[in-house]
Amino acid sequence: MLQVGLAHFLVVSAILFSLGIYGIITRKNAVMVLMGLELILNAANINFVAFSKYGNLGINGQIVALFVIILAAAEAAIALAIVLNVYKTFANVNVDEINNLKD
Amino acid sequence: MELNNLYQSLNLILPEIVLSISLVVLVLADLIFHKDKRLIPYIAGIGIAITGAFVINQFNVSGFGFQSSTQTMRNYGLIAVDSFGVFFKLIVIASSILIVFFSSSSGEINKIKGRIGEYYALIYGMILGMFFMIIATDLILIYLSLELLSLSSYVLAGFTKLRDRNSEASLKYLLYGAVSSGIMLFGISIIYGITGSTNLYIINSLIQGPHINLFTLSFSVILILVGIGYKISSAPFHFWTPDVYEGAPITITAFLSVASKAAGFALLIRFVKTTFVSYIDAEGVWALINVFDWQSILIAISILTMTLGNFSALWQNNLKRMLAYSSIAHAGYILLGLVVFTNQGLLAILIYFVFYLLMNLGAFLVVMLIANKTNSEEIDDYDGLGYTSPLIGVSFAIFLISLTGLPPTAGFIGKLYLFIALVDAKMIVVAVIALLNSVVSLYYYVRVLKHMYLTKATDYTPQIIPSFGNKILLLILVIPILVFGIYFEPIINLAKNSLVILGL
Repeated sequence: MLQVGLAHFLVVSAILFSLGIYGIITRKNAVMVLMGLELILNAANINFVAFSKYGNLGINGQIVALFVIILAAAEAAIALAIVLNVYKTFANVNVDEINNLKD
Repeated sequence: MELNNLYQSLNLILPEIVLSISLVVLVLADLIFHKDKRLIPYIAGIGIAITGAFVINQFNVSGFGFQSSTQTMRNYGLIAVDSFGVFFKLIVIASSILIVFFSSSSGEINKIKGRIGEYYALIYGMILGMFFMIIATDLILIYLSLELLSLSSYVLAGFTKLRDRNSEASLKYLLYGAVSSGIMLFGISIIYGITGSTNLYIINSLIQGPHINLFTLSFSVILILVGIGYKISSAPFHFWTPDVYEGAPITITAFLSVASKAAGFALLIRFVKTTFVSYIDAEGVWALINVFDWQSILIAISILTMTLGNFSALWQNNLKRMLAYSSIAHAGYILLGLVVFTNQGLLAILIYFVFYLLMNLGAFLVVMLIANKTNSEEIDDYDGLGYTSPLIGVSFAIFLISLTGLPPTAGFIGKLYLFIALVDAKMIVVAVIALLNSVVSLYYYVRVLKHMYLTKATDYTPQIIPSFGNKILLLILVIPILVFGIYFEPIINLAKNSLVILGL
C-alpha cells in the first residue's frame, strides 16, 4: 500500500503554487487574480503543516498556518472592497483595461 | 518565571503599546465627536508625539523579547530592540508627524473631512506595522507586520475616491503587493522546512553547519527577497511605484516614499545581517556565511534600480510621477550602502535616510501646495511660478538641488558618505556608475527649475501664498537641509550611536 509521505505534500503544494502564479499572470478579471493569490497562500500553508508534521518540529508550523488563514481572510475582505470600489468607478474589473495611469 | 519573562518583553514594546492605545483613543474620539471633526488631527498628532517620546526613551535599552521556552536556544525571541531599530523608528515618527501637518493643509484631504478619523486610524495602522517590521527577528512576525503595513496602505492609496486614478492606484497596489507577499510567504515556508525554525538567529546558526541544501536555500531566499524588494520598490519589483505614487493622495505618496521605504530597508538590513553574517571583525567588516552570494545580487539590483529610476524619470511630465521615479533611484543609492557589508556602509545608510526624509518630504510639500491652488501636477503648470511665488520657488530649488546631491545641501553629504563607503570597500566601478547616475538625475530635477524660472510669468500664472503654518513647515524642512550641508556633525554622531544590530 502506498505510504503518504512528506514528498507527496510538497508536490501538491508546488502544483498549487504554480497554478496560482499561472492564474495571476493569465487571468484578466481582478477577482480571478485574487483567487490565484489564495492558491499561493494555501500552498504555503500546506508546506507549513506538512513540514511541522513530518519534521517533528512541534506545533509551530500549524500555528503559523492558522495565522496565515486569518490574514488571508483579512486580505480578501480588503481586496474585495477595493475591487468593488474599482467597479463603481470604471464599471468593470478587467485589470488590463484599468490603465489610465501611464507614461 | 515565564510570567516574569513576558513582563520584561512587554517593557521592550512600550512604544508599540502606547501607539495601539492612541489608536483606540483616536477611534473612540472619532465616534464621540462625529459631528465636528476639527479635533481629530490634533489627537492624532499628539498620539504620535507621545509615542515618539517613548521611542526616544528607548535609546539605551536593548534586548530580546518574547523568547520561546521550548527552543534549545532560548535567548533569541520574536523581537530585538536595539539602537538601529530606535533610529529607524525615529525616522518613521518624524515623517508621520510631518504627514499629519501636511494632511491638515492638503486640499485633497480637506475634501473628505467626514472620514478624517478613519484616515488617521489607517495611518496609525501603517505606523504600527512599520514599528514591528523594524524590530522583528522572526520570519512570521516579519510577514505579519509587512501585511499590517500593506493592508492599511492599500486602503489609503485609494482613500479619497475623488478621481478615477485613486481607485486605480489602490487596485494596482493591492495586486502587486498581495502577490509579492504571497510569494514571500512561500519562501518562508521553504526556509521553515530546511531549518525547522522561523527565528532568524536559529536559522543563522543552522546554515553555518554543513547539512544545508544550497540550491533550496537560495531559492527560498530569493522568494523572500521578492517581498522585501517590493516594499523598498527596488527593480525588478518597482512597477507599481509610479502608478501608485501618481494615483494616491499626495500626503500618502509622501508617507509611502519615506516611512514605508525606511521600514523596508530596516527589515532588509536586519534580515541580511542577522541571518547571513557570521561575525563582524574589528574594522567593522561583515563576514558573510558562504551560502548565498548577497553581494553580487545586491550590486546588480542596486545598479538596475537606480539606472531604471533615473532614466525613466527623464520623460515624466507629472511631478508626482517624476518624484516616484526619483524615489526608485534613491532606493538604488541607499542599497549601495548595504552592498559593501561594512559598518561604514550602514552608517552611510542611516545618514542618508535623515537627509532623504527632509528633502523628499519637502519636495512633496511644495508639489502639494501648488496642487492645492492649481489642482494639477503637470510640469507646464509650473511655468513662471518662481517669479509669482518666490518662497515656494526658492525652497523647491533647494529641495531639488539636495535631491541631486550638490553642495552646499545635505543631500551632498549623504551621497558623499555613501561613495566614501564604496571607495573604501574598493568598489570603484560601482561608485563611478552611481556618480554618473547622479549626473543623469540633474537633468530632470533642473528641468523643473527651468520651467519655474526661465519662463516669464504671464497674467494667468497663479500666485501661491502659503498660509503661516505652511511657511513655518517649509522653513522647518529647508533650514536643516542648508545647515546640515555645512554642519553635519550632530547627525553623524547620532548615526554612529545607532549602529548596534543585536546579533550572535
